[in-house]
Amino acid sequence: MQIIAQVAFLIVLVAGIAFFTRNIRRVIRNVKLGRKIDRSDNPGERFAKMARVAMGQSKMVKKPFAGFLHIIVYLGFIIINIEVLEIMIDGVFGTHRILSFLGAGYNFLIASFEILALLVLLGVIIFWLRRNVTNIYRFIGNELKGWPKNDANYILYFEMVLMILFLTMNGADYQLQLNGAVHYAQNAGIVGSFPISQFLLPLFEGLSNATLIIIERTAWWLHIVGILFFLNYLYYSKHLHILLAFPNVYLSKLTVPGQFDNLEAVTNEVKLMMDPDADPYALPAEGADEEVPEKFGASDVMDLNQVQLLNAYTCTECGRCTAECPANQTGKKLSPRKIMMDTRDRLEEVGEIINEKGSFEDDGKQLLDNYILREELWACTTCNACVEACPIGIDPLSIILDMRRYLVMEESAASTDLANAMTNIENNGAPWPYNQMDRLNWAKEN
Amino acid sequence: MAEPIKVPTMAEYMAQGKKPEVLFWVGCSGSFDDRAKKITKAFVKLLHEAKVDFAVLGTEESCTGDPAKRAGNEFLFQMQAATNIEVLNGYEIKKVVTACPHCFNTLKNEYPALGGNYEVMHHTTFLKSLLEEGRLKVEGGKFKGKRITFHDPCYLGRANNVYEAPRDLLRKLEVELVEMRKCKSNGLCCGAGGGQMFKEPEPGNKDVNIERTEQAMEVKPEIIAAGCPFCNTMMTDGVKGKNQEDKIEVMDVAEMIANAHDL
Repeated sequence: MQIIAQVAFLIVLVAGIAFFTRNIRRVIRNVKLGRKIDRSDNPGERFAKMARVAMGQSKMVKKPFAGFLHIIVYLGFIIINIEVLEIMIDGVFGTHRILSFLGAGYNFLIASFEILALLVLLGVIIFWLRRNVTNIYRFIGNELKGWPKNDANYILYFEMVLMILFLTMNGADYQLQLNGAVHYAQNAGIVGSFPISQFLLPLFEGLSNATLIIIERTAWWLHIVGILFFLNYLYYSKHLHILLAFPNVYLSKLTVPGQFDNLEAVTNEVKLMMDPDADPYALPAEGADEEVPEKFGASDVMDLNQVQLLNAYTCTECGRCTAECPANQTGKKLSPRKIMMDTRDRLEEVGEIINEKGSFEDDGKQLLDNYILREELWACTTCNACVEACPIGIDPLSIILDMRRYLVMEESAASTDLANAMTNIENNGAPWPYNQMDRLNWAKEN
Repeated sequence: MAEPIKVPTMAEYMAQGKKPEVLFWVGCSGSFDDRAKKITKAFVKLLHEAKVDFAVLGTEESCTGDPAKRAGNEFLFQMQAATNIEVLNGYEIKKVVTACPHCFNTLKNEYPALGGNYEVMHHTTFLKSLLEEGRLKVEGGKFKGKRITFHDPCYLGRANNVYEAPRDLLRKLEVELVEMRKCKSNGLCCGAGGGQMFKEPEPGNKDVNIERTEQAMEVKPEIIAAGCPFCNTMMTDGVKGKNQEDKIEVMDVAEMIANAHDL
């Protein structure tokens, strides 16, 4: 009987990890569909930023209440996972609390897990109330309707259930140890310390050891299977941030927010235009491949860079960006969060085509128009509020800018007034139709 | 009628074989917009007051390309940058000061990779350094005790982390500095950035400058201080839109200092 449980556990564990590996490989494959971008510079500074922003949650606490609760859930998640290590070893070898040889240290650990589990449970309940009962602007955006809202709630239910199972398992285990049940009771006396689950003991009163074992085993199994299920749910959910936040912050832009990248392809063109020695009628060199000119800007996910695509998978749809966006606050269609969600949805759609057909085939759709509307892109003031607001280094503005570049440089699709301003800059060096020769007239006026 | 203010150009300096301490990059707004020209003149008066040896490019100056870049026209931006860098490098410019945060950001951050390396300062930072060097005195004068809020320009504040220089100058004016609910890194945009200055806003239920003006009105200021010609326009329009022009003035920090000096 025991050996069957061990084998079953091993199968579940291996299957869970294998499926998770497959999903992560898909994420990596899809991210690599983007253009290459070099972020190998300044590893020290990048690591420090990751430590501060991702591990240290420094931007989360800009909203103190939500930030505080998030830190509890984050710490709970990390620390309680030490217990998962023990659960896995126990599962494979059929042991009972294998790490209990640590003695007082073990009791301290179990006690901390229990307290954290209770705090996580409370935190997650408050999160649920904030999302579903209160009227918080960033939780009622249009783009959250349907799956995104359900997804957010499923994650919270999951965490609630996992914490309850964890405490139930401990409570039943404690009762079994008190009863001196075989396999549970150890010579050393009670192992583990149960400051929270001890309050569950009245619920177990009068139950036979056999029933208690069923409760303990059920909770144990559901807990570990639940964790494995949750691990595999990540790929289908906004919850991937628990893994991707770290590389995402590491790879985020280090220069000041106001500095936008200069397109290298354009620099080369401009240099050629300004070079007096360049032959405008030059033919391509003999034998050189017919060069396809690089597409300017982005109309689909493959035109974005790999960090932008990683941003999309990392976004956890918290909406801090959208809440700070001046366009969104004044009723415009633009929502930086939707830019990220659309990018991920389109990337997943492209990934699905690759899964089915082996490589990408044009499906008549693209990120522009089918997902992100021009009206959204043109509403942006490039104020960087969304970038500043993101707790994990996502840059929705860079995607907006790349898509504007496509609109203007590939489609000449700027509005008339904007196009006029650009023509003025080109002709007379100012966005208004004033003569450049009048540029110093102000000095002569009183 | 006052005398026209003396504004030397780089060409004149070059002809005399001299180099100025700093180039004042006026920008398109500062050159052509009637409201912004007042800021330009106020700043020039302060430069004279502090005996700063400066020059402008005059007719050799051209748009930095900021609105083009942010509207998506990278090509036009880089054309502008290449032309401007040629002029600036031709004059061997080392230090640039500008009263426009958009010019400031572009010159400072986006020109170096294209071959234009200068020390670039926003006029508030520059004025503050003059103050610290004892070249310029800033005193309260008629602004003493006035209730003033500072609107952070996105391209000065969030984009370049300059929050304190304009505030320090205002404090020197002995004003009652009050902060809006959204300020510094959380400041709300005036609505002009990213090319919006030159286009109609997209459909929505409010204009961004009205929203920002309402935020300013919450703290009941007598003056909204600004550090950007575009913000100045947007906030002035916002104040008019809310029929507050009798109660609230919109002024550039440089104008306030010049006014306090009765320049």
